Amino acid sequence: MADIKNRPLLEVRDLRIEFPTRRGTLVAVDGVSFDIAEGEVLGVVGESGAGKSLTGASIIGLLEPPGRIASGQVILNGRRIDNLPYEEMRHVRGHDIGMVFQDPLTSLNPLYSVGRQLIETIQTHSDLSDQAARKRAIELLGEVGIPSPKVRIDQYPHQFSGGMRQRVVIALALCVNPRLIIADEPTTALDVSIQAQIITLLKRLCSEHGAAVMLITHDMGVIAETANRVAVMYAGRLAEIGPVDEVIKRAKHPYTDGLMGSIPKLSGATERLVQIEGSMPRLTEIPNGCAFNPRCPKVFARCMDERPDLTHVGRSEVACWLYDQQMERTGSDG
Amino acid sequence: MLAFIVQRLLQAIVVMFVVALISFSLFRYVGDPVNNMLGQDSSTEQRELLRERLGLNDPVPVQFFHYVGNALQGDFGLSYRMGKPVDELIAKRLPATIELVAVSAVLALLFGVPMGVYTGLNRNSWLSRSLLTVSLVGISLPTFVIGILMILVFGVWLGWLPTFGRGGVVDLGVWQTSLLTLQGWSHILMPAITLALFQLTLIMRLVRAEMLEVLRTDYIKFARARGLRNQAINYGHALKNTLVPVITIMGLQIGSLLAFSIITETVFAWPGMGLLFLQGIQFVDIPVMSSYLVLMALFFVIINLTVDLLYYAVDPRLRSQHVGGAAH
Repeated sequence: MADIKNRPLLEVRDLRIEFPTRRGTLVAVDGVSFDIAEGEVLGVVGESGAGKSLTGASIIGLLEPPGRIASGQVILNGRRIDNLPYEEMRHVRGHDIGMVFQDPLTSLNPLYSVGRQLIETIQTHSDLSDQAARKRAIELLGEVGIPSPKVRIDQYPHQFSGGMRQRVVIALALCVNPRLIIADEPTTALDVSIQAQIITLLKRLCSEHGAAVMLITHDMGVIAETANRVAVMYAGRLAEIGPVDEVIKRAKHPYTDGLMGSIPKLSGATERLVQIEGSMPRLTEIPNGCAFNPRCPKVFARCMDERPDLTHVGRSEVACWLYDQQMERTGSDG
Repeated sequence: MLAFIVQRLLQAIVVMFVVALISFSLFRYVGDPVNNMLGQDSSTEQRELLRERLGLNDPVPVQFFHYVGNALQGDFGLSYRMGKPVDELIAKRLPATIELVAVSAVLALLFGVPMGVYTGLNRNSWLSRSLLTVSLVGISLPTFVIGILMILVFGVWLGWLPTFGRGGVVDLGVWQTSLLTLQGWSHILMPAITLALFQLTLIMRLVRAEMLEVLRTDYIKFARARGLRNQAINYGHALKNTLVPVITIMGLQIGSLLAFSIITETVFAWPGMGLLFLQGIQFVDIPVMSSYLVLMALFFVIINLTVDLLYYAVDPRLRSQHVGGAAH
């Protein structure tokens, strides 16, 4: 019993996602491992193309071909789910893992009423009668803060504003109480004024329903407010992962440091924002050694030909040779 | 909704008025009916008498007014060639064409839509590939070749199906149908398939292309992420979203099938409107030509109206445009 209790809700082990192309295989995600505990919010940040969304899609089994999981494991509640047959995985989707996509305007089928989409999802994963499912759908709409849900349930997506649609999407993702929600940039397509509302709602509902969240975003502000832990991805690998205050206040990887420096602050002098020189390499041009080496301000010889793995540094784990050296030094000193 | 229908009906009336004007002008500018009716060697008095009787000496607007008035009562005048009222001729021929078109449209939809869905979902299966290859034949071979080949195979070599005419028709008063007897069906089968083949391949390719498009959309991805059954996703969410273009094309196609099934009707000696029209052209039978024109315009108008109403039924976004909801 204790064993199961201590086991994290989701374990991702050495995940590697490949895209076979005519010019050879592209490795989009390489050796990514992390856990999400029951009820925990894990923020995943990184630039576009860092592999955040692919990681999310592969957990729920919706990688689009030709992309495929080349190796590694995804384990939910102690059960390996990355190699399940389609029908079994279908039961996991929606029932155990819910997903919220980026754009609420395109996430809902324009030809079906909101209620029909909710009821359909509820009935797919439960034996509720039409009436009971409808009652549940109305409850859910109320829960996500849609006014007069009894009227709104029969309306179509185009009759809802963007923020309201994202609420509907969240209701859809939560409607059968999944243990894990993967939210892939749930606020990127929304007005700034609405983003905070949606994030607050998502956080509140997930804690009420006891669902863990994998929150994929570019927005460090959102992470700081919402996440318990944060994973920083760069060029398909994890650069750093740790408790949110640790990563934000004491960023260890030079890339994380750069990311934090590029957040504008309201207080303080109006200086130029810190930029990370250059841009993330394409998948075809990932350099030897550490993928960040062309842009890293602290680069040294070892970074050019050896790829660092995640190692514990303080309360975080970091993939950077800087800390390996320090550890060696402190090790020899002691 | 009502306002929409009224608006469309008004448009339809305008269209019909213009078509009536054109078909009326046929009488004035395509040959001289008096010449056609009396022949070259008639006397001037005879001609003048006939002119007076046909109302050709009245002012043009008055003539047009009479023409429209008569047409509204279903009176399109006498056929020059057969000397019978045109509306009678049409009433005899029209059911044949409508039945032929209806059967072939149903065939095309019944096979085209599922085939389109299948080839859209299983892009790389051998069946999809062969269906697509064969469908190229359906699209590129002219109808008469297909018709003649079918006659050769099923009529001549195998002797399974009759090759011409409607066979046993059952008279239902105003409507003669060949769909109530087995023999009638054996007659309609080949021409209907011939006519359906092009539509079928068109619909299949259209549905396939639309399915490929729709399956890439976010709402299909989201439907999968919610764990919905494949059947619900493919035949519910996806297929319904492909319907609008399919309805559009099908409407246009049925219209042109009605108007231009001439070739198929000729190949199978099908006693329909097309044959009547062809003979009408050969003999410069203007009342037949002009009433055919009006009738086809009427069909197109009715079909377009139906198509618009179907859009309404399929797409809720059109239904509530006037409802000032919280859009964006």
